[in-house]
Amino acid sequence: MSIRVGQAEHAPPFPKAAHKLLANAQVRTNVRRATDIIRSKRARVVAEMADWEELRNSAQQIKQQVLANLDDYLEQFEKNCTAAGGRVHWARDADEANRIVVEIIQDHQQTEVIKVKTMTSDETQLNVALEAAGITPYETDLADLIIQLGEDKPSHIVVPALHKNKAEIRELFLSKMNLTELGTQPEDLTAAARSYLRERFLRVKVGFSGANFAIAETGSVCVVESEGNGRMCVTLPDVLITMFGIEKIIPAFDDLEVFLQLLPRSATGERMNPYNSIWTGVTEGDGPKEFHVILLDNGRTKILADEVSRETLHCIRCAACLNACPVYRQTGGHAYGSIYSGPIGAILTPQLQSMEYSQSLPYASSLCGACYEVCPVKINIPEILIHLRRRIVEQGDGPWSEGAVMKMAAFGMADSGRLALGQKLIRLGHKPLESLVMAAWTDARDLPDIPKESFREWWAKRP
Amino acid sequence: MLISLFIACYNDALFPETGKAVVRVLERLGHTVEFRQAQTCCGQMHYNTGYYPEAVSLARHFIEVFEGAEVVCIPSASCVSMIREHYPRIAAEAGLQAEVDALIPRVFEFSELLVDKLGITDVGATYEHTVTIHTSCHSLRSLHIGDKPQRLLKAVKGLTLIDLPDSDQCCGFGGTFAIKNAEVSAAMLGDKMRSIQSTGAEVCTAGDNSCLMHIGGGLKRHGDVPRCVHIAEILAS
Repeated sequence: MSIRVGQAEHAPPFPKAAHKLLANAQVRTNVRRATDIIRSKRARVVAEMADWEELRNSAQQIKQQVLANLDDYLEQFEKNCTAAGGRVHWARDADEANRIVVEIIQDHQQTEVIKVKTMTSDETQLNVALEAAGITPYETDLADLIIQLGEDKPSHIVVPALHKNKAEIRELFLSKMNLTELGTQPEDLTAAARSYLRERFLRVKVGFSGANFAIAETGSVCVVESEGNGRMCVTLPDVLITMFGIEKIIPAFDDLEVFLQLLPRSATGERMNPYNSIWTGVTEGDGPKEFHVILLDNGRTKILADEVSRETLHCIRCAACLNACPVYRQTGGHAYGSIYSGPIGAILTPQLQSMEYSQSLPYASSLCGACYEVCPVKINIPEILIHLRRRIVEQGDGPWSEGAVMKMAAFGMADSGRLALGQKLIRLGHKPLESLVMAAWTDARDLPDIPKESFREWWAKRP
Repeated sequence: MLISLFIACYNDALFPETGKAVVRVLERLGHTVEFRQAQTCCGQMHYNTGYYPEAVSLARHFIEVFEGAEVVCIPSASCVSMIREHYPRIAAEAGLQAEVDALIPRVFEFSELLVDKLGITDVGATYEHTVTIHTSCHSLRSLHIGDKPQRLLKAVKGLTLIDLPDSDQCCGFGGTFAIKNAEVSAAMLGDKMRSIQSTGAEVCTAGDNSCLMHIGGGLKRHGDVPRCVHIAEILAS
C-alpha cells in the first residue's frame, strides 16, 4: 500500500516549520489580510440565513447517513454512473489512482491534460506521476496555476496561493509566461492567465477534475468554482477523468440543496458559486465522449473505522476553519507540511497516514473552538484533536519528558494530601524548575509569583 | 444557599486571592460557602494533552468529592467546560453515566452562578477603574456565557467598562499548547496584548486566571499595563 498525503510524511514538525514562517513578515501580512477578507464576507452572508443552524444540522445528518452506509452508496453511484456511460475505477491508494490516470491518458496517446482545481490530486501527487510518465499537466485554476508556475505548495484549501500578493504574482507571471510587459492591476494578471490558459483549453484533449459532490442516486458529479476554467475542463476535452475521495458521495440530488447553500457561503463568502457544473455520464454530441471516475480510498476507510474521529470525513473542504483559526492566521498553511492545512488538516493529515506521520499536527491548536463554530458540517474538530492526542500517547509516541511530567502531576493530584505537599515543594524549588521545564514559557512571558500561602492553607486557618 | 467551591488546582496554588474573593462575594450575598478539602483537579490538562487514564482518575475523584453538593461554584470557565463537555464522554467509557448526569446541572461557572442561579447582577461592589474584559474561548464557545460578566461589571460602582477589540480571538494560552507551540502562542499573545493595550484600560479582567496568567505574564514584559485581575476580585471590592 502506498497511502500518502502529498509529501506530508517528510515534513518537519509543526513548531519547527512555524518558527520559519513566523519570521516571514510578508507571508504573515498576506495571510492575515486574505483571511480577514474571507472571514468578514462569510460572517455577512451567514448572518443573513435564518436557518443556518438547521442547514448545518441537515448536512451533518446527511453525512452521518452516508458514512453509515458508504458501501451501499458507492455501489449505487457506480451502477448509476456506469448506466449513464461512465467508467468507474476503484483505487486503494495514491499510486493505484495515479496509475489509472496515466494509463487512461496513454491509451489515448495523449501527452497533456488540463486540470480543474482539486486537492485530491495533490494528495496523491498526481502531477509528479504524470510528469514521470511524460505527460504535462496544466493547472487551470488561477491560484493553482500560480502554485504550479512557482513550483510552490498550496497554503490554503480553497485559495491555495493566499500567501502570495499581487506583486509577487506579477513577477512570477513575467518570468514563467515569458512576458515582456504586464500591468500591475489584478485585471492585468487575470488577463495574462486567461490568454495563457485559453490556448490550452482549445488544444488539450484530456481533462481532469475532482468533485465536490457525487450523487449516488443519479451517478452525477458536481464541481463548484468561481472562474469558469473548471467548466472549460469538464466540457471541452474528448476525455474527462474525475477523481474524488469516497466520502464525497451524497445520497440524492435533492441533498445538493443543503450543501450548495452551505459551501459557497462558508468557503468564499458568496451566496452561490458563479459556476456549478453537474454532469451525468456521457451525452452524445455534448461534452466529453469518454468519462472516467476514480473512487479513491487512500486511508479513508481507516478513518471510517474510528467512531470518534469518523466525522473528519464529513469535510466538504470549505476551509472556513482555516480562516477562523488563530493558529493558521499566524503561520499560514505551509507550517502544516501538508496540502491539507489548518484545523481540518491537523486532523485529516495524520489520520490518512494511519497516525504514523504528521504527529505534531494535533497539537497545533489552542483548542479555542473557532473551527467547530464555523464548520458547515459540524465536525467537532477540537474533540477530534484531543482524541488524536490520546491515540498518539497510547501509541507511545508522546515525548517521554511530557509523559513523565503528566504522570507525576496525576500522581500528585490523586489526593489532596499529596497535592498540598506538592504545592509546598514547588514553592521551595520553583526557581530551578522554571529554568529547566518552563523555558518555553518564560521566553515570551513572566511566570506568576508563587504566593506564600495556597488557598487551601488559607481556608484551613479560617475561624 | 450552601455553595461548594471548587477552586481549581492552579488557582489554589497560584491565585489564592481569586478564591478568597469568591468566598467574600458569596458570603456578602448571604450564602454559605464550603470548601471540600479533598478536592484536587478536574483533569482537563491531562485530558486535553491526551493522557486519558490519568484524566479519568481525576474526573472520578472530582465526582466523588462533590457527591451530594447542592451547587458547585468554579471560578474558571475552562474547568466548567471540561466537566460539561468532556465528562459525559468519559462517563460513557468509564461507566460513570449516572454520576455525571447528576453532577453537571449542579456545576456553575462563577458569573453563571451569580446571574443565572442567584439572579443577581449588582453584587454591591465598588471599583474606581477603567476595565476591559478578555472573554476566554471556553466561556465564549463552550459555556456560551454571553454578556453575563459584562452585566456584572457594569453594575459595579465607579467602574468604566471598555470594549475589547477582536474579543472573540484566542489569547494563545491553550494549556500545554503554550509550551508545545510556544512561538505561535507568543505570536497570538502579541496580537491580544496589542488589542488590550489599545483600550487604554487600567485593568484587564477575565473569568479564567489561566488566560490572565499568560496575558499578564506577557504584559509584564511590555510595560506592565494594564494589570490583570480576575473578575471575582473586582466583584469582591
